[in-house]
Order: sequence, then C-alpha cells, then structure tokens
Amino acid sequence: MTSALFARTASKPRAGRPRDRVTLAAGCVVGLFVFLAVCGPLLVPHAPNAVDPLNVHAGPSATHLLGTDDSGRDLLSRLIAGTRASLAAPAVVIAVSTTLGTLLALVAAWFGGWLDRFVSGALDVVFGFPGLIMAVLVAAVFGAGLTAPVVALSIAYLPLITRVVRSAAIKERNLPYVSALQLLGAPTARIWLRHLLPNLGPLVLVQATIGFGYALLDVAAISFLGLGSQPPDPEWGLMVANGAPSILAGAPQQSLYAGLAILLVVVAFNLLGTGLSRRLLGEQA
Amino acid sequence: MSATPPLLRIDGLGIDLPLDGEPRPIVHRADVVIPEGAAVALVGESGSGKSLTARAVLGLLPAGARLHGDVAFAGESVAGMAPERLRRFRAGEVAMVFQDPRAHINPARSVGDFLIEGLTLTRGVRAADAVRKVTGILREVGIADAERRMRQRPHELSGGLLQRVMIAAALAAEPRLLLADEPTTALDVTTQEEVMAIIAEAREARGLALLFITHDLELAAAVCDRIVVMYAGSTVEELPAGHLRERAAHPYTRALLSSRPSVFEAGADLRSIPGRPLSGFEVPDGCAFSDRCPRVRDRCRSERPAPSAAGDSTAACHFPYTAPAEEAGCHA
Amino acid sequence: MLEVRNLRKEFGDFVAVDDVTFSLPQRGSLAIVGESGSGKTTTARMIAGLETASGGHILVEGEERGPGHKRQRQRQRLRSGERRARGRQIQMVFQDPYSSLDRRQRVGAAVAEAVALHQRLPADRLRARVAELLDMVGLDDRQAAALPKALSGGQRQRAAIARALAAEPQILILDEAVAALDVSIQAQILRLLADIRARTGTALLFITHDLGAVRHISDDMLVMQAGKIVEHGPVATVLADPQHPYTRRLIASVPKPGWIPRRRMDPAAAARLP
Repeated sequence: MTSALFARTASKPRAGRPRDRVTLAAGCVVGLFVFLAVCGPLLVPHAPNAVDPLNVHAGPSATHLLGTDDSGRDLLSRLIAGTRASLAAPAVVIAVSTTLGTLLALVAAWFGGWLDRFVSGALDVVFGFPGLIMAVLVAAVFGAGLTAPVVALSIAYLPLITRVVRSAAIKERNLPYVSALQLLGAPTARIWLRHLLPNLGPLVLVQATIGFGYALLDVAAISFLGLGSQPPDPEWGLMVANGAPSILAGAPQQSLYAGLAILLVVVAFNLLGTGLSRRLLGEQA
Repeated sequence: MSATPPLLRIDGLGIDLPLDGEPRPIVHRADVVIPEGAAVALVGESGSGKSLTARAVLGLLPAGARLHGDVAFAGESVAGMAPERLRRFRAGEVAMVFQDPRAHINPARSVGDFLIEGLTLTRGVRAADAVRKVTGILREVGIADAERRMRQRPHELSGGLLQRVMIAAALAAEPRLLLADEPTTALDVTTQEEVMAIIAEAREARGLALLFITHDLELAAAVCDRIVVMYAGSTVEELPAGHLRERAAHPYTRALLSSRPSVFEAGADLRSIPGRPLSGFEVPDGCAFSDRCPRVRDRCRSERPAPSAAGDSTAACHFPYTAPAEEAGCHA
Repeated sequence: MLEVRNLRKEFGDFVAVDDVTFSLPQRGSLAIVGESGSGKTTTARMIAGLETASGGHILVEGEERGPGHKRQRQRQRLRSGERRARGRQIQMVFQDPYSSLDRRQRVGAAVAEAVALHQRLPADRLRARVAELLDMVGLDDRQAAALPKALSGGQRQRAAIARALAAEPQILILDEAVAALDVSIQAQILRLLADIRARTGTALLFITHDLGAVRHISDDMLVMQAGKIVEHGPVATVLADPQHPYTRRLIASVPKPGWIPRRRMDPAAAARLP
C-alpha cells in the first residue's frame, strides 16, 4: 500500500528535466553518427583517400575544415567516411551477441534445470576470457582484418547480455500471468513471442545500447593495434594509430579528432543507454 | 485545553506529495489524540493515508512533501524540532515496527549486531550492558534461546521471529510511544496472535502508548482503546473500541465492518461496498465517501463534512447513524 | 468430478504434501485452509498442472491428469490439443492481481486471447463473447481498453477471473485470490465468485488462510497442516465444532469482540522455529 503510493510519487521523468535533456542530446548525437554511417560517403567534401603531397599536416582552412593528415588527405572527409567502418563492426558484434544472448537467456530461463546450469556455466567460462585479448589473439592467428575479431567479440559479449536478460526472464517467467497462459493451453511459442519477448524488449534495448559503446571501443582498439581495418581505409582506431607519429612532428590533429570522435560516440551511447534504462525500466526497478 | 498535553496530538494534519511534478493532497485532515499509555488504532484501506500519517509523527516523509496542521509530541511540535532534537526523539521517545521486517534490517549483519548497535550508537550504552539488556528483551518477546538467535542472520529467521526481533529493537530504546504499521499483516493468523500478545504484554509492563496502523477493524478493536477510521486522506470517525460494533456513527465504518466476512456468524450476509477506496488526491469536492455511501444526499456531494460529535463518536458525516446497529452487528 | 487420491509432493528430503485425498463434486465448493508451509498452494498447483506431483492420482471426471497420466509417466510433453482440453477442465486465479496480467496487454485483449485459444470465432462473435465475460465480472468498455496499471487491484482480479472463465472451466481454483485486496473489495470479489458459481455451475476450489471468507464461499473445507489434512468436513460443522487441536487453534486466533491475544506457543516450540 505504502510502497505503491511512494512509487507513484517518485519523480517520473518528463521531457524538459535536465536529465532528460541529456538523454535527448545523446540520442541526437547517436542519430547523427548513424546518419553519417549510412550517407557519409555521399556527403564528404573531398575523396577520403585522395593524397595531396604538397599539403601535408595542414591546419584548419576553408577547404580543409579540420586540416589534413600526414599524406595531405582531408581529415573531415576521412572522419565522416570512417563512421561506417567504425560503427558497422560494433553493430554486428552487438546484433549477434544480443540476438543469440536473448535466445540463450530465454531458453535457460524457460526450461531451467540442467539446461540453465549448462548455459550459465558455459557463459561463466566465456566471461573468464578477457574479450579484447581473445579478439586480438584470434586476429593474430587468422590474420589481420575485422571478420575474426568481430566473431570473437560477438562471443565475448554474449555473457554481458545473457546474464542480465536471463535473470529478468526468470523473474518474468515466474509471474502468474505466464502460468495463467500455460493453464489456458497457450502454445509456448506464443507465450515467448507475444508476451515474454515484448516485455523483455526494453531491457534488451538498454543492454544493447550500453554494450555498443564498449564494443566500439574494443573494435577501435583492435584496429589501433593494426589487426583490424587496414590502411588506407579510414577507420577511427586506425586513424588514431596512424596519427601517432605526427604528434611528435607537432601535428596532433589526426589522432586528436579520431580520438574525439570515438569518445563522443561512446559517451553518447552510454548516456543514451542510462537514459533509456531510467525511462523504460524505471517503473519496474 | 488541559494543563498537561497528551502524549501525541495530530491536529488537522495535511500532507501534499508531488505527483507528476504537482503537489497533490494525499492526507487532507487527520486528527488523532493519544493520551500517555493509551492504545489507539488508525484503521483504513489503501489510499487512506494511514501509513503516511504515522510517518509524519516521526518526521519521516518523502522528499518534496508539504505539511500543514501540526503533530505535537508531549506538547512539542515535531515539525519545529531541530535536527539534533529530532534525532534524539526518533532514537529514544518513539519507535516504529513495520509490516515487512526484512526490508528494515541489514541482511548482511547478525541479529545481535542490529539490536546492540541501536543501543550503543544512538544511546551511548556500553557494549556489555547492551548485550545483557538485549538478551533480556529477547526473552521477554518469547525468544528463549537469545544467544543463538543473536548470532543468526535475518534470512535464517522466519517472518514471525524476525518481527519479534523488530519489536525487541523497538522496546530496547525504551520509547514512550510505539508506532506499529501493519505489523502482523504479512504473518499467519496464529503468529499474528503471538505478536499482538507480545505487544500487549510489553505495553502493560512499560506503560507504553501505541499507535496501531491496520486495515483490520476487528483486530484493532481487540487490542486498542480507541479507533480512528481514515478514508481517502481524512479521519472520518473516532470512537471507543468497545462501541465499534453497535454504535459506529459513520456509514463507512459500518460498511467496512459488514463487508468483512465473519467466521462466527452463520448466515450473516456479506455486504460489499460498491466502487473502490479512493486516494486522497482523487476525492471530489463534497464528502469523499459520497460515491459509495448508502445514505448519500445532495448536501454530501457539495459540502465536505467536518468532524463533529455524534454520540460517543466524533464523525465527519452530515447524516451519521444514531440508532445502534442490529445485534448481529453485520447488518448495517 | 475432481478426485484427488494420495497426492504427494517431495522437494528433496522435504515432504510438502503428504497423502492428500479429497473430492470436489460437480458445482461444489471446497476450501483448503492452512497457514504458510501447510502445502495448500502446492496442492493447488499440482491439481492445476503447474507442478508435477511426486505420487498419487488427480482425476477429473474419472480421467487421470496427474502422475498416473501416460504421457507424464513417460515424461513426454503434452500435445497442444491436450493442453487446451485440460484448460477447459481447470483454471486458476492467483493471489497477486498486479502480476496476474501481462502489463503490456490491454485487459480486453487478454480476455480475447483466452477466448480465441478455445473457440474459433469470427471477429464480431469474439468481441461479443469478450464483452459478455467482462460484463459478468463487472468491467466496462473503458476498463477493457485500459492497461492493467490503470486499474485498481480489485478490477485486475476481476479481469483475471474473466480470463479464466474464457475457457469455460469445470473447476476454478482460487489461490488466495482475495488476500491482497482491500477489505471492501474482498467482499465484492467473494460475492462475484458465489454469483459465478450459481450462474455457470463452475466448481470452486478455494485456497485460503482466511476462515471468514471460507464461510461465505464454500460448502466443505479441509484444514491442512505441515502437508497433511488434519480435518475435513462441512464448513459450518468444522467452524462450530472443530475436532483437531490445530483447527481449534486457528479459529481461536481470529480476532472477534472480546478476543484477547494470548501467547499459545511454549518457549520450547519457539526455539524449534527456523
């Protein structure tokens, strides 16, 4: 009784409150970068791989808004063109691990028993491996390129999603409305698709959003180490690495801008994730 | 007004809480008087504001709450207490027992730590004295093997035993007033009887006053001297417990009594009240109970009744019952 | 119509339900009364099929649906047709009205889903059937279009009852179905259930700790303690002249005018509590 009263009085997020403005801003940043990832190549002012040996390490100017890199390539164009490569790999990682993880979580929660113990145990083993190091190792064995690290990271991110969704799914599965549906004779597939999954959806979305930031950071790190994207592709992690020698030459802009782009996207995804969590899950917490 | 103020006087208390950013009245008008050593029950359904009223006694209201009216403990306004005075007041003069003891005890620490810490930290009792005292009180509340229980952690105890521990903790502070918020609602009936007996014995031994918050009129009448009935944020009736069955004046009190299925009267018809209990912020201009009341007239919908004397009761009703209820008590 | 014989449930070494035998006649109303840990809810869940019994028989109109059922014996899963047929035998209403409904599903849609699982109806007849069920439990169009969170506890419990009735069950199990509701709402729901029994002939199996409710809803009652039935008989007889000491103790614990709470548990028994 009392708790219900206080739950209702607890401040409900409304647009216009400071925390919601932050979430909205984070959402806009994420939206902008997704837009750039899709349409970027059409928008670039210069060809991203066009070399201009006479104009290396140029500062900001009307033609090159962010200046040029050590080969005289336009930095703004490379950043924009690199959005797709930088976001696509973590997107695949999150899509695969979220889909697979949610499915595993549901199976474990629904059937329980040895199946649940097996899934949980296997995930604990996976969780024991440091994901980034595993991805680096795989890339080193299978050769540079993003495919192997993306597969490795997809597996490494499984426990992150599965653990959270599993415990929520167990709670959901034990709610009496699920028992009521079973007693009515509703097919299991219907209960999953019409009831459990939609109810777990917000949580999955929040986990995926927060996970995306981490995945982007990991993929960028792999490229930074030279094991992911290969030159001359414009990818942010790779750009940070390529710009490193120039820092000593007094031209930090390539590393700086690429690093800032990574920072901005990671922070935006994290803030969006926390904001969504407050908005979508707050009432259940 | 008498020379010595009552132990607790809640006078025209109103509480507004922010709902969706707007302050909304949850409690409109609560009036309760507890003389030294007396037991008063505050009875109501969900939304009645009974728990919030009890919390206001301790100055324990959620952030953003606005208060009007006054809560005075032995003549001293609780709202006017300085932080240090309020701390001493909560630590030593009133104690509270809650519906869900598990939510009010640290699950990671032993029962003994919980009990002793209350004494050593807030009252400056020496640890050895605290142990001796707590052991004695645990025996008093029917926990014979106190030493073993004190080494256990909360999750090792059943709900009934844990509630005894909470009562022991409350008694250890030697308060003058015990606030018990639905202390037995989560317990089995046989355990409820044990816990209520323990509270009754402790009251007798210590001259302790009790504010007993409950939804159960029968239980309230059995263990308290006076009954205060709340509905939708207002106290609607105040009467001696012994008069509850025959001489309740407010239609809500009578309706509540007759909607409770009786174990003992064969054939007594179960009268249900139409509609649902309202919360304080939902009440219309007139009487809050007017939509559900069998005696409603036009005046009830336009004018909110103020508490006034009706026989031995004080009832906030334009048209209170004056004739005694039928002998069966269930036919309002 | 419902016959339960020697029903038993073990959780590891712990025997939760021990040799429970009773029957519920057509149109009958039986209450199982007990406190927490008495095994009453486990018994109900086994009868409904939400829990597998360790032993014994559950028969509805002579047809085995408990541990003796051939698919259960062979640890096979039920076919969906069989599950639905079972749904037309027994439905259940749960204690907590707040989680008995899917929070994202409108009340009318939840009832419609239940109807559609059992009857293939054209859209207009489905709508009419849903309206009829909601009307039977006293919910209107506005409430049918609402999400559960917009409804009060009593209204949600009405919706849960309508959903259970959609299968037109022979037996409705009520597992502490009024315990979480306000006193004035409990009376409404108890009256509604009595009314439904009179109108549809649905037999009621009422699981409760509340002796007051039992008198108003049931003809017969069982008292369970620690997994066993300790007393069994017509409600009026058991309440007026209880034979077993535990039943007497239960009745004595109910507050009434002149009641003074007493400690009845001796310290030695208290020491054995968990």
